[in-house]
Amino acid sequence: MLNITINGKEMRAPEDQTVLQAARAAGAQIPTLCHHDALSPYGSCRLCVVEIVKNGRGRIVTSCNYPVEEGLSVLTDSKKVLTHRRMLMELLLARCPDVPIVRQTARKMGIEKPRFPQGKSDCILCGLCVRVCEERIGASAISFVNRGTEEDVSAPFNISSESCIGCGACASICPTGAINMETVQGLMRITRFNTAKQLHLCPSCGKPYVTELHLGWIGSRLGPHEHLTSLCPECRRMANARTMRLVRASVGPAAAMRAAAAPGNGTSAGQ
Amino acid sequence: MRIESIQELEKLRKTLLNEMKKAKTRIRICAGTGCRACGAQEVIDAFRKEAEKQGLDLGVEIKGTGCHGFCERGTLVVIQPKGILYQTVKPEDVPEILSATVEGGEIIDRLLYVDPVSQEKITYEKDIPFYKKQKRLLLGMNPDIDPTDIMDYIACGGYSALGKALTQMTAEEVVAEVKTSGLRGRGGGGFPTGTKWETCRDAPGDLRYVICNADEGDPGAYMDRSLLEGNPHSVLEGMIIGAYAIGANEGYIYVRNEYPLAVENARKAIEEAKECGFLGEDIFSTGFEFDVKIARGGGAFICGESSALMTSLEGKPGRPKAKYIHTVKKGLWERPTNLNNVETWANVPLIINNGSQWYRATGTEGSKGTKIFSLVGKINNTGLVEVPMGMPLREIVYGIGGGVPGGKKLKAVQTGGPSGGCVPEDLIDMPVDFDQLTKAGSMMGSGGMIIMDENTCMVDVARYFLNFLKDESCGKCLPCREGIKRMLEILNRICEGRGVEGDVALLGEIAQTVQETSLCALGGSAPNPLLTTLKYFGDEYVAHVRDKKCPAGICKDLIAYAISEEKCNGCGACAKACPSKAIRGEKKKTHVIDHDLCTKCGICAETCRKQAIAAA
Repeated sequence: MLNITINGKEMRAPEDQTVLQAARAAGAQIPTLCHHDALSPYGSCRLCVVEIVKNGRGRIVTSCNYPVEEGLSVLTDSKKVLTHRRMLMELLLARCPDVPIVRQTARKMGIEKPRFPQGKSDCILCGLCVRVCEERIGASAISFVNRGTEEDVSAPFNISSESCIGCGACASICPTGAINMETVQGLMRITRFNTAKQLHLCPSCGKPYVTELHLGWIGSRLGPHEHLTSLCPECRRMANARTMRLVRASVGPAAAMRAAAAPGNGTSAGQ
Repeated sequence: MRIESIQELEKLRKTLLNEMKKAKTRIRICAGTGCRACGAQEVIDAFRKEAEKQGLDLGVEIKGTGCHGFCERGTLVVIQPKGILYQTVKPEDVPEILSATVEGGEIIDRLLYVDPVSQEKITYEKDIPFYKKQKRLLLGMNPDIDPTDIMDYIACGGYSALGKALTQMTAEEVVAEVKTSGLRGRGGGGFPTGTKWETCRDAPGDLRYVICNADEGDPGAYMDRSLLEGNPHSVLEGMIIGAYAIGANEGYIYVRNEYPLAVENARKAIEEAKECGFLGEDIFSTGFEFDVKIARGGGAFICGESSALMTSLEGKPGRPKAKYIHTVKKGLWERPTNLNNVETWANVPLIINNGSQWYRATGTEGSKGTKIFSLVGKINNTGLVEVPMGMPLREIVYGIGGGVPGGKKLKAVQTGGPSGGCVPEDLIDMPVDFDQLTKAGSMMGSGGMIIMDENTCMVDVARYFLNFLKDESCGKCLPCREGIKRMLEILNRICEGRGVEGDVALLGEIAQTVQETSLCALGGSAPNPLLTTLKYFGDEYVAHVRDKKCPAGICKDLIAYAISEEKCNGCGACAKACPSKAIRGEKKKTHVIDHDLCTKCGICAETCRKQAIAAA
């Protein structure tokens, strides 16, 4: 544990924490757009900047990836920090004036209209989609392309990605709604990345509910429990309910509950 | 042929020197990229052919060498041992040089350098002010060696520093010597090199690396190019010594792909060094092993930034990372990595051979040694100059550079490339070193020195660098990507005559955030040219925004060319030269420019022999 000071308050923080984690634990409100607790820090939006003082020298750093240090002093809302956050939001608002999360975050800082000609991008280049695909899914199906203001996210050469498993993690994590997943004629399609993947049909009701590839990805991670995903969520729920009724009928409700809650039981009734 | 000891090396050196004495005359032709563009290869071929034809080939040694530095006057030919310098040599001149000078001992006047100030013709290289006033510790070997022949380097004492370091010093002693020398990084950061080596050496880990950053990207800067092209072994030797000091067994030279000659010569140097046993296993029979690979850039300025460079080396797109944990601790593949600039590495053999006290005798208190500058722009003697740190700017510009051409007035000196700033003319007596340049609001940078005259628009200079950075920003972080775009937008408006009150203040606001919140130094230093020109030349901004005028006569939308009725003699030369056919007039009568057709190219003003045309 290290001794640090956040906004004048002394506290102790574990060695492997970032300033962002320590500050939030201390109750400080720090805005972020490219940060996600489940992913490695990226440092693109710069909104999480704070003022630190170390050995008498002050600096502006991003808190999401600055490791806590012994004797560190942190200011999360100094005048300087607030000025920078405002300018950053103004610049972002000018790039993405129609993105709800950008408008909201800017409005909270009192910014309604930027002093720059407005663009109309729906992507804030936060990299959350790229990082979730690389770090959590392990597919690396999409990445950043081009440089500078031309930077974009796409599958290689903007052709339907072979590595994509059609899990939709990118669409789910995208904070702006720029990535959309839709079902079209037995295919899962993400138009933004020109990618479509074959959907697996539920053997019970015949409806498509997951891509073949995603099913395989989940299956390989569930091991002995792979069969849990063989039905679509609706049919699975109905099948579990049927099983529970049968069990309750034969051993009584309390024993049935205990049996259902035991690990490795083979039903998803525990949910 | 493997060299296993310093005794063997010394013996080889003496043998080579004796061989060299056999040639009565040694003809040295600069074969750097600049002179090659002037036809140096054709000159070299002509010398070889002519020498054979004239039956001279036995007593005459002809060699293409590394860059001599006096690029304004290429192709350069120096005839040793007399030291006669011929400039702007063409293949047609070669037969005469051989018969008249080499055979006959006569000087060919028309090929001599003419001092622009005194108008004197100077025969010997050592008397030319451009060379005389420099202190060429690093570049001095270039004119004497063929960069593709390791034997030339050895003959000049090459690899003796490596031998000394490996066989007579411990790794810690080498680090200490470099620390004491005061050497600071020559790539732009100016960080104390010895301290960097020490931190890397002490960082926990089993594997560590050394890297040579040869991704020189500042517009107008080509110091590293000439060093790596012209004397690749000096850089290599420095790296091997550094690897020994730090405890690394693997190294990389990351060269920008736009330097094919540097890539080629570095490759050859590595091959030859391996053959001689200076690379590979058991170097100088000490058991130390080290190998170097070359990696080429893909055309991105940002890959000159250390963390982006390492990411690129790893095979990923070159985008920088946070350096709150320094790359000396976690760099290439998360291992301790020591990255230094080409020129920094080249200083190392000198320090080891001559000692840190010798090195400290050159330079100022805070900046030891010499610095190579690329002296370019509105200057008479364009080229590479190596001067002791602390030389007054005036001496560099006038004493070595020969002043501003066309009798124009010096306005500013831009140093540090897109990260740097402009030093105005009234600071011309400033000693040039790291701290003085920083104090003046600019920075040393990698050594680019752009001379600007009265016809340089300082607002346009700020715009030029921001335009460059807009294309080179990697785009990862918001302030750099969006901030530079918006600053450029405002500057474009201002230069086009559409500036409004409040523009300069808004520029300042954006600049502040870009400076302090950018992820790397590209964004962090991007506002520098803007901020220094605002500081020293604020009146030009006022003229552009408030008066819609460009005092320097550069911004096309704010100027109009006009022909003076008094001075025009109606010769019609301007009308003939005008590519847009925008000038009309009768013979011997004042000519007139049609502003609807005029593209403001300025050719008419340059053509007019009566100075009758000017931009206002």
